[in-house]
Amino acid sequence: MTTTTLAALVPVLPFLGANAGLLLGRTAPGFVRPLAVLPTLTSLVLAVLVAVRQGGDAAVDAATELTPTGSVPIELALHIDGFAALVAVLVGVVASCVQIYSVGYLRDDPRYPSYAALVSLFTSAMLLVVYSGDLIVLLVGWEVMGICSYFLVGHYWETPEARAASIKAFLVTKLGDVPFLIGLFALAGDTGSFEITKILDAVAHDGLDHPTLIALLLLAGVAGKSAQFPLHTWLPDAMAGPTPVSALIHAATMVAAGVYFIARLLPVFAASAAAMVVLAAMAAITMAGSGLAALAQDDIKRVLAYSTIGQLGYMTGALAVADRGAAVFHLLSHGAFKALLFLAAGVIIHAAGTNSLAAMSRMGHLRDRVPDAYWTMTVALLALAAIPPFSGFFSKESVLGAAEHVSTGHTEHAPAAAGWLVLLAGLLTALLTAAYAARLWLLAFRGRGADAPDHGRQPLTMTVVLWVLAVPSLAMGGLAYRLLPDWFDGRDLAPTLTTSVLGTGLALIGGIVTYAAWRHTTAHAARVPLGAVAAHPEGGASLVEAEAVAGHEPAYGDIAGAADPADPSRLLLGPLHHPAAAGFHLDAVYRVLFVRPVQAAASLVQFLDREVVDTYVRAAGTLPRWLGTAVRRAQTGNVQTYVSALLAGTVVLAVAAVLVASGA
Amino acid sequence: MTRLAATAHAMTQSAESHGFLSPTGVEIAFLLVGLLTFGAALVTVTTRQLVHAALWLVVALGGLAVEYLLLTAEFIAWVQVLIYVGSVVVLLLFGLMLTKAPIGRSPDADSGNRWAALTVAVAAAAALVWVVVDAFRTTWIDLDGPAAGSTEVTGASLFQNWVLPFEALSVLLLAALVGAIVLSRKAKAESSSPPVNSRAGSGGSPSVPDSRNHPIEGTRPAAPAESRTAAHPEEPADHQKPDPAHDPADAGTTTEQEGAR
Amino acid sequence: MHLAYPAVLSALLFCTGVYGVLARRNAILVLMSVELMLNAVNLNLVAFDVWLSRTAEETLHSGQALTLFTVAIAAAEIGIGLAIVLAVYRNRGTSHIDKLRDTAEGHGPDDTDPSLPDSDALAAEQAEKAEAST
Repeated sequence: MTTTTLAALVPVLPFLGANAGLLLGRTAPGFVRPLAVLPTLTSLVLAVLVAVRQGGDAAVDAATELTPTGSVPIELALHIDGFAALVAVLVGVVASCVQIYSVGYLRDDPRYPSYAALVSLFTSAMLLVVYSGDLIVLLVGWEVMGICSYFLVGHYWETPEARAASIKAFLVTKLGDVPFLIGLFALAGDTGSFEITKILDAVAHDGLDHPTLIALLLLAGVAGKSAQFPLHTWLPDAMAGPTPVSALIHAATMVAAGVYFIARLLPVFAASAAAMVVLAAMAAITMAGSGLAALAQDDIKRVLAYSTIGQLGYMTGALAVADRGAAVFHLLSHGAFKALLFLAAGVIIHAAGTNSLAAMSRMGHLRDRVPDAYWTMTVALLALAAIPPFSGFFSKESVLGAAEHVSTGHTEHAPAAAGWLVLLAGLLTALLTAAYAARLWLLAFRGRGADAPDHGRQPLTMTVVLWVLAVPSLAMGGLAYRLLPDWFDGRDLAPTLTTSVLGTGLALIGGIVTYAAWRHTTAHAARVPLGAVAAHPEGGASLVEAEAVAGHEPAYGDIAGAADPADPSRLLLGPLHHPAAAGFHLDAVYRVLFVRPVQAAASLVQFLDREVVDTYVRAAGTLPRWLGTAVRRAQTGNVQTYVSALLAGTVVLAVAAVLVASGA
Repeated sequence: MTRLAATAHAMTQSAESHGFLSPTGVEIAFLLVGLLTFGAALVTVTTRQLVHAALWLVVALGGLAVEYLLLTAEFIAWVQVLIYVGSVVVLLLFGLMLTKAPIGRSPDADSGNRWAALTVAVAAAAALVWVVVDAFRTTWIDLDGPAAGSTEVTGASLFQNWVLPFEALSVLLLAALVGAIVLSRKAKAESSSPPVNSRAGSGGSPSVPDSRNHPIEGTRPAAPAESRTAAHPEEPADHQKPDPAHDPADAGTTTEQEGAR
Repeated sequence: MHLAYPAVLSALLFCTGVYGVLARRNAILVLMSVELMLNAVNLNLVAFDVWLSRTAEETLHSGQALTLFTVAIAAAEIGIGLAIVLAVYRNRGTSHIDKLRDTAEGHGPDDTDPSLPDSDALAAEQAEKAEAST
């Protein structure tokens, strides 16, 4: 088979698996699990094959035009370069792990068939985005991911949190998708094609007519999809979905799509210095803010969600300094360790029966209940905190190095201001990342108090996957930073000494300060009993998680934070703790700025429709009715009345006739 | 009050119309009798005592007969006295009795329509008087010479020029006679043929044979929901009608009995 | 004699009759008012006949002849009218013409009209008699 055929099969196989799973889900439940896992695994193998054949050489391009579509042709096009090949491998790995993990995680879930089919469809859509060489085809995958995320985040639709989160995820991403679509059309209008290679050619040779406008419009869609400020608010709430879905969304598919899209079209963005500065500012705010917010969250998955936002900020920061190699490098390593973090968090939630860190910090020996999750999560957290030699260190250092490179004015691709913004925010975030990673680890695994409940060993499908993912988290960075430049643009990804020392030093400081704060506050933990666990801890993992999600707000008074004085973040953040736990009240701001005006406008329209427009409609009916009533009143049946009216009319007519005749 | 004002207004106008002439004796007599006639007519249409209305009608019609005499139409005058005063009013009195019209004052003799009626009547009177006075302000009747309406003149005119309408009128009177009898004797016709005047509203009532003499009784079961509170003021309790069990189903007999009463 | 005297008297009598026809409740009083109107017309006919028979050489005395016809027709009218009133009274138990509203919009048959007290009184009376006869 040619590379093109193999590449075409990669997104098609999960798509067929999703359709088959949806069709056979009720009639043949035995086929559901193989149909969920096998196509994804096969497409992983095929993606690896494609990557090997492509080998970082010249991009593979193939296009076929299904039907003429007018002045701007839309083609089924493949464009596989080193980025596409490797991101597809990452998507295949994470999706396969998630599918295998879900077999154990949702083993008792009655809606598993539709869930697995949607995950397959999600994977297929992401692979389509990765391989597509045509922007409209890419948009198809982009929107399919949106609707799949809606369904998957709302998997526990019995809980109000999940319902609200799914609608919020859908609406916020669509809010970005509308300008995104307009930006695509504007781009095609400027360059005359939807095909990525032709667009890049056109940008390289002729430039764009409206580079800033197009870049900002596309940036809106990317911010929605990749959860960048100010459209990031859907991502923490999306934690109401099942943990494997969170892993899939955060590690490989949905949020990666935005970063990948910019990486693909980086010359378009680089054509506008203003857009790059905006991108850098967006990345900087996202990084720093999400680091603070992550430090204050109580829900273990919300900590990870904010960490995802922060790490995505690193990637967009790398893109803002026009280094897509560093961005995709960080995307790959982050995909590995973030998937691992989420899957391990799912195991922990199942074992602890709660998703609250405050409750976990009052459980003893939780790490002994879940040794696989403990060790793999430790690895992943070290990678997240960018401690050498874990993979996160190398990818983050490549980002910081690129930013430092730009900030010193060594490149003409990106403005130096963007470099400084990304560099400073990145260093601050390195400190914060280490702090919240340490807090998570300490609270979850070093808790003191009654022993955690023992539900026996976790299913094998869930633990094996953790170790599979731990390998790249541990070792990929060190191996890859020498190989990846061959696949990417050829730019050096090796860590530079200055930023390495600075970043690692800040990370160590963050970790040590957090440890000290934890030592200081943990004495309070025993005095303040806190915590609630799921009502059915012996049930399946998905059931426990659904109960934990639904139970967090009634138990702790807030979906994000908990009133726990033993939390070291209170000591660290001080007065910032409360706004950070609430996501800096951005939701409230949006409510004031957008939701209220829209609701007011809607009620105004309702008022206009009901009271003004309908008045005319009702009047059209009422007036004849009144006239009819008035006329009907004349029909009294009283002959004398009739004769009176008759004679009155006669008199009037007679007088009129006399007046006319006499000429008066 | 309005009516009186209108009357005064009309009288003022008629007074103005002859103001430039010295009234003759006939005119004065006509005016006085006319006032009497008009007053009697007003009382007839306004009194609350129904029988008094009929009696005041006699006064009004008699006054008119006097006016005919003053206009030298003596044959018409006597016919007026004979037919109107002699028969029509008597018929009306019979009608009042047959329909159990109350004796004495009845507060509801006028309907709720009276203000509209008053407006129409006053407007019509104003218009008519205005037009008539305006038209005939300078017209006089010459009453001297032979009487214009003596019996001889009238008879000659009637049987020379109007004989055919006269005969047709006799047929009309015959038809009216027959019609009145048929309408009054419907009780007997009803026993052998479907009731001519039966209505859908009373169709649901049970057909008790002897209640056919008094169809009101037949309507009684059709209105069971009526409140049986105040007896109507027009129906004094001592004003009983003949016992239907002994009534030989003849309106004529009823008339006789009512007349005897 | 001034022609305006009989003409004005005729007009006033006619309008009095109009008022009676429109305002009286009892059908027989309405008939009386009709008689007044007819007599007003008769007076007019006679007065103008007298006036014309003096001014014209040849006259048919049509006014007086028509007056006689009117009198005859009025007699017939009063006979038929009274017969109709009696028939209505026997059917409806009332001779009040503002109770006869079968043609009204939205009204039921007038003998089931709750505002009708006459048939009530008659019915109660009938019930008393039924008790007395048994």
